[in-house]
Amino acid sequence: MTTSAASLPAVLRPRQVLNWFGVAPFFLFATLFLILPTLNIVIGAFRNAEGQATLENLGKLFSPSIRAAFWISIELSLLTAVLGCLFGFFIAAAITLGDLPRLLRNAILTFSGVASNFAGVPLAFAFIATLGRLGFVTLLLRHWFGINLYGSGFNIVSFLGLALTYLYFQIPLMVLIITPALEGLRREWREAAESLGASGFQYWRMVALPVLWPSLLGTLALLFANAFGAVATAIALTGSSLSIAPIVLFAQIRGDVLNDPHLGYAIAFAMIVLTAIANGIYILLRMRAERWVK
Amino acid sequence: MTGKRLWSWLAVVLGGLYFLLPLVGMFDFSLRMQRDGYSFEAYRIVLTDAQFQQTFGYSVGLALLTIVLGILIVVPTAYFVRLRFPGLRPIVEFITLLPLVIPPIVIVFGYIRIYNTSSILPLTGSWWGTNILLLFGYATLSLPYMYRSVDTGLRTIDIASLTEAAQSLGAGWSRILAIVILPNVFVSVLSGAFLTFAIVIGEYVFAALLNVNSFGPYMVWMGGNRAYEPSALAVVAFIITWACMGLIQLFTRFSKFSTVRR
Repeated sequence: MTTSAASLPAVLRPRQVLNWFGVAPFFLFATLFLILPTLNIVIGAFRNAEGQATLENLGKLFSPSIRAAFWISIELSLLTAVLGCLFGFFIAAAITLGDLPRLLRNAILTFSGVASNFAGVPLAFAFIATLGRLGFVTLLLRHWFGINLYGSGFNIVSFLGLALTYLYFQIPLMVLIITPALEGLRREWREAAESLGASGFQYWRMVALPVLWPSLLGTLALLFANAFGAVATAIALTGSSLSIAPIVLFAQIRGDVLNDPHLGYAIAFAMIVLTAIANGIYILLRMRAERWVK
Repeated sequence: MTGKRLWSWLAVVLGGLYFLLPLVGMFDFSLRMQRDGYSFEAYRIVLTDAQFQQTFGYSVGLALLTIVLGILIVVPTAYFVRLRFPGLRPIVEFITLLPLVIPPIVIVFGYIRIYNTSSILPLTGSWWGTNILLLFGYATLSLPYMYRSVDTGLRTIDIASLTEAAQSLGAGWSRILAIVILPNVFVSVLSGAFLTFAIVIGEYVFAALLNVNSFGPYMVWMGGNRAYEPSALAVVAFIITWACMGLIQLFTRFSKFSTVRR
């Protein structure tokens, strides 16, 4: 920060003015296609159809149907974030601390890179083919074990089905982020704890987890935002039968629902606020985590 | 020790089941189109479908253009920020992270509001305008990945010395960037490029809301109207994702041997 202040006069020198042309396209691009569109939404959320400032739009967010949609979204994102963190942590712990073959560790990390990017429409198809009414696992359970999955009330087009599907990209993301943190736990810490008579449980409770918790909580926030913004997977899986916030917004933009663009602005604004909070927590905790894990 | 290994294997096996079953299920389902046994009929139908060829070709083309646009925007920016504007670094990094914070559906909503037919720049009104908007939208989505990989690449080379050397030989800025800097960060650029390709190829929300008939909307349409073909499409998409990630791994490993460690 001090360097930029000190070099301020240099910014105005003719050569430096020329250098601005190198970064100008980026700022122009970011302004036109990222910042202005977002600002338009944010401002629109606080304006009525006549262009006057109002809080009315945000008030509409608390109508029962919209509130329910946000609530399902938050529950879904929170559930898949928590479970994703938990299972991802177990897998990451297994491959870093569990004396497994090195080859397996690398294979799992590579696969996690693929699976965390295998979201969207194809992922929904894969789950329909697996747990749908005629899916692979559904039939397998019926023929081999006599279990009628759909008779027991399960449906892939449901909250539970969507959660199961989201975990397919949530768990690998956790594995990718937390593995370096687990590898950063130094062997000496464990040895020091053991030489002082700590049990395995005590080492985890008093040494490892306190070091890891910023990473864990930070990743939880990131996974939350990741699930909250996912639209394509949900649309391809459920059509629009499950009203989660992004699907409501999608329908709103398409004009399928009662046309009120300002309600759309408000929904979009609320989505930005939620993901921004989650990402903010992630970034803050990440900085904290980096103090320990080098 | 054996207890720990047992638990680790258990975690890996259970995880493996969860992650492999949908892949097996998807592949199995895609082969069952004909009643009398496994066949590649669904693939044959999909691959010979004119709609598939058209939308897939379109998405591949758009993905490649996105990569070119991304390189043109990101490489000079990352270079000048490192070399001349270190003070801008936090701002640029913050902006490049924004597409991860703002949900894509909100960004495209903004596009529709700003660039609609009654605005100063009515991009959504024409075929060309819509395509340009989609292209820039995808470049926005790929910004975090592109910027981070290029910036990591620039960190490993001494751009100040390279620039001075090139300048002393009389090279101008565009020449330095194209002939000196870009080849040196090429491997990093490629890993950003493959990630971009994987993201753009099956993207749905932007394309659907801008009414562009690309591969993503085609897949969703198939999902609503056919039984076995969607699984075949999912297998194709999975192979593409796998190929992109595999190529990234391959190139990064290759670069580890080719660049000098500092």
